[in-house]
Amino acid sequence: MRNTQRTQTIAFFFLFLATLLIVVPVGLIILIIIQKGLPAINWQFLCDIPRQGMRAGGIFPAIVGTLYLVIGAIIFALPIGLLAAIYLSEYAKDNLLTRMIKLAIVNLAGVPSVVYGLFGLALFVVFLKFGASILSGSLTLGIMILPIIITTSREAMESVPYSFREVSLSLGASKWQTIRHVVLPNAIPGILTGTILGLGRAAGETAPILFTVAAFYLPRLPKSIFDQAMALPYHLYVISTQVPNVDEKIRYGTALVLLALVLFMNLVAIIIRYQFRKKKKW
Amino acid sequence: MRKFKEFIIEKLILLCGLASILFVVLIFLFLLKEGLAVFKTITPFKFILGRSWYPISEPAQLGILPLILGSLVVTIGAAFISIPIGVACAVYIAEVAPLKIKEILKAGIELLAAIPSVVLGFIGMVTLVPWVKNIFHLPTGLTALSGSIILAFMAMPTIVSIAEDALYSVPKTYKEGSLALGATHWQTIYRVMLPAASSGILAAVMLGIGRVIGETMAVMMITGNAALIPHSILQPVRTLTATIAAEMGEAVVGSEHFFALFAIGIVLFVISFAVNVTADLFLHRQRK
Repeated sequence: MRNTQRTQTIAFFFLFLATLLIVVPVGLIILIIIQKGLPAINWQFLCDIPRQGMRAGGIFPAIVGTLYLVIGAIIFALPIGLLAAIYLSEYAKDNLLTRMIKLAIVNLAGVPSVVYGLFGLALFVVFLKFGASILSGSLTLGIMILPIIITTSREAMESVPYSFREVSLSLGASKWQTIRHVVLPNAIPGILTGTILGLGRAAGETAPILFTVAAFYLPRLPKSIFDQAMALPYHLYVISTQVPNVDEKIRYGTALVLLALVLFMNLVAIIIRYQFRKKKKW
Repeated sequence: MRKFKEFIIEKLILLCGLASILFVVLIFLFLLKEGLAVFKTITPFKFILGRSWYPISEPAQLGILPLILGSLVVTIGAAFISIPIGVACAVYIAEVAPLKIKEILKAGIELLAAIPSVVLGFIGMVTLVPWVKNIFHLPTGLTALSGSIILAFMAMPTIVSIAEDALYSVPKTYKEGSLALGATHWQTIYRVMLPAASSGILAAVMLGIGRVIGETMAVMMITGNAALIPHSILQPVRTLTATIAAEMGEAVVGSEHFFALFAIGIVLFVISFAVNVTADLFLHRQRK
């Protein structure tokens, strides 16, 4: 009896150890980047263009480029993703078509990011002749985050109790009115969570924008959606591998800005979800 | 009028529902369109099993075997690290951790999943790569091993969260039955929970590995990118993904090199398709 107890204690200790092996490095990574990146952060770094071949100056064009790309991606992906989620949650029957749509979503989520880059290059840049531009990059990123938006929005809508819909329908509302005035308002926190997670993913990805939009060095702001742009993740890649003798402070500073942007969005999503769960009335 | 409006809206909803299928098909078609052209000059057999990748020499040598092996070495290394740690962490979160700590741990895992791969690659370059170099006394720390370690961290969030879901969805009665028979908590986990959740855990592992195979930026930054057939995990390697990312910028649109990179994209797409469909089957079996 004592033996089995001891086995359990040892086993649980190893499980705990494994958990630490994941959590501690994550904490360390974030701490190192904050500690070494923070001294680089000032208004000039955030609001100035890069100078001297990216060895001095700021990262303003990269920040703006990433914001443009993320906004473009969401303008494209949110309407499609939301309607697709409505279809799956409210209209889809349990048949082969639905099964195929779900499988397609799973696959979209699993396609390697660099393959999205190839696809964007072949379709948007070459075939549709958008060139390497914010438009091409945004569309590529938009398709990439579609599965995140669909899955989270669908879960949010499906968790709205069925009785809500029955009441609305029994009062004479049509199916669309029920969706519009009953299901969607109750699912908004979930949809918001999915959207923000999608934004965070789009902001951090590098491979899909490599050949569709990213400019190596473009010390000005993009003029239109057909213009190339710098982007934070690509800029970090460039200054840490492609340009020699960049001050370490600038590298860590760029990493910190990117990390802060992405983690902030994820934190907001986590908080919204947490608050929503606490307040949920059903 | 209202009926007409709703008719339009419902058709639009159906259309968007089908969009995912459309995009998967489009991705595959455009990869084929650009990638198959390379097989006019080289047989598929020679492409996959060719031992040298010199795309810009004259004549170009387009064998991707070194790249496939590079991906394989890095992936196996990452699997060795991430599967035991990831599954153990999932068990800890699902079964052992107190409720409060559980929530914090889950948020921590989610944060790890959110860190952009280029940031992990950067951190790997400045911390891990010098360590590997010093510990093993190597000429360079840019090795398959460094890549495996960083990639393990990218696979773990996937493995942990899906495996935890699988453990969570095991019916409570299984656990209660085992405990009632006098088994300890650990015996219950080991003999009842893990076997019952096995197909979900298998799916978790597959999806984690799938993520590793497709990872690009971190791998490109820390594996050294030497397109040679690897003989040990302490050598620089070049993966399929890194080859596309590193060379597409220089490849001329419509050149043989350009087509070959798209053909590598087809290989990656087929691998990820197979991994995801199989994992999905396992997840469905779990739910039943």
